[in-house]
Amino acid sequence: MSASQTAAEIVFDRATKRYPGRTQPAVSELSLTIPAGEICVLVGPSGGGKTTAMKMVNRLISITEGDITIDGTSVRSLDLAELRRGIGYVIQQVGLFPHLSVGDNVGTVPKLLRWPKKRIRARVEELLELVGLEAADAERFPSELSGGQRQRVGLARALAANPPLMLMDEPFGAIDPIRRAALQDEFLRLHNELRKTVIFVTHDIDEAIKMGDRIAILQEGGVLAQYDTPDEILANPANDFVERFVGADRGLKRLSLRRVGDVELEPAPDDFDGPRCSPATSLRDALSLMLTEGARTVLVVDDDGSSIGVLSVQRVSDLLHEEVTA
Amino acid sequence: MHALVVASGPVIPNFGHATGCIANDNAFFCTRWVREHWTDTLQPALIQHLWLTALAVGIGFVIAFAAALVAHRFGRFATPFGIFSAFLYTIPSIALFQLLVPVTGITVTTIEVGLVGYTLLILFRNTLAGLRSTPPEVIEAARGMGLTRGQILRRVELPLALPAISAGVRIAVVTTISLATIAAYITPYGLGKPIFDGLQINYHTEYVVAGLLAIALALVADGVLVVAQRGLTPWTRRRVAV
Repeated sequence: MSASQTAAEIVFDRATKRYPGRTQPAVSELSLTIPAGEICVLVGPSGGGKTTAMKMVNRLISITEGDITIDGTSVRSLDLAELRRGIGYVIQQVGLFPHLSVGDNVGTVPKLLRWPKKRIRARVEELLELVGLEAADAERFPSELSGGQRQRVGLARALAANPPLMLMDEPFGAIDPIRRAALQDEFLRLHNELRKTVIFVTHDIDEAIKMGDRIAILQEGGVLAQYDTPDEILANPANDFVERFVGADRGLKRLSLRRVGDVELEPAPDDFDGPRCSPATSLRDALSLMLTEGARTVLVVDDDGSSIGVLSVQRVSDLLHEEVTA
Repeated sequence: MHALVVASGPVIPNFGHATGCIANDNAFFCTRWVREHWTDTLQPALIQHLWLTALAVGIGFVIAFAAALVAHRFGRFATPFGIFSAFLYTIPSIALFQLLVPVTGITVTTIEVGLVGYTLLILFRNTLAGLRSTPPEVIEAARGMGLTRGQILRRVELPLALPAISAGVRIAVVTTISLATIAAYITPYGLGKPIFDGLQINYHTEYVVAGLLAIALALVADGVLVVAQRGLTPWTRRRVAV
């Protein structure tokens, strides 16, 4: 691997995009700092400018006013090809080259960077394994793959030259819900390992909550409504727009962010008779289980069956309430 | 007047030994005539014909390809180029050859200029359509990865245009092989010569065989191009339903 760092800090400094002939800017004085190694999700309704904001980073869309810096270097000061080769780019429709094999698709940027063939081949193999494909898949053409496999190849292609920054534009939007959840989980696992800075665009608040270390909610006219951690946004929406956007079930959504094993449990009675769950279950799922079973409590048990404690409906409610008012 | 009297007499074709089916029954297909005249008439005509076609499609391709690249890069040229090539295509062939004679004389050049003119429409349109067929998300991904405009053209758009380009070349080759037989009206060259000769003296075998050779040439050329295209575009043959 190159000596370059694995992640970069991205700063939007009053970045603005205005299109000629339109009174309202597409992105309006957007200022936010994305710490190196974090996933920042840009979310909002269509017309909120989230994709525009993302594409200003690799200058697929030019910046009208303000600036965006990657580790302190303005994206405007870099050569266009050089800038883009250093940023992984993943889009919803994937955009694999239909005439190239999976291996050649993944090796595109390394080839542009004139890596030796042997190194490219080794890197392709490594990446295919990383995204859950087989080395033999390198010989196949994109038309021979399923939608989910294509997006994996798209991800591998974006990671090929080990860029410190990834831009992902609704990457899982065209994939069915079950496979989407699997890809999200895998991406989070991958991110845990690689720790790259990621700018992730979606219109789906649930996906934003699941994927984001931080969420930037953009509203009509590309105005930043709130930029914070998912928990903070759900607990304290900055305005009516954010409150409506995150939905009336924001309390439940917050519960989905925490696991049963992370909260303080009550001691389990010896003769407990009722539903059971593992410490990895989210508070939301545990609550759902209790409501479904008509129980007031659930027993939390380890993988080996030993009980850890008991969680009650009251405790869940208290947790939510304490933190909201805190 | 005098010439008519001469022509009205029985014409003995100047085709060597007038024996068997050659002299007597004027059959639609006299194998012996074909054998005797393969080397002095048919083979040279076939080779000339192949040469006429290859040159016309080759030159036509270079012109049409350059025009398509310009039209792809600067969209405003697409319509004028298209109209010009379509205009050339509408001129009746014999009239076009005749119109060119004062300029380029009774030469093979005249034939080539005409034939090239007829290839432009199909080659230009197919090449441009091929270049424009790249899905927008593929272009976006390529730009996002830092491919320059030239790299996108060479590495993405041109390979993806190959099926459309080769379809255009196939049509151009087959129509040129057919059209080139008319060219012998201007100057005795290619398979058109034995066809015109045979028709003029009403000797069936000669024009039938020459016509069959033109058809065979077209079929073989088309087959070769199909095989070549498959070799060049392996991705078009692999599809797995998922």
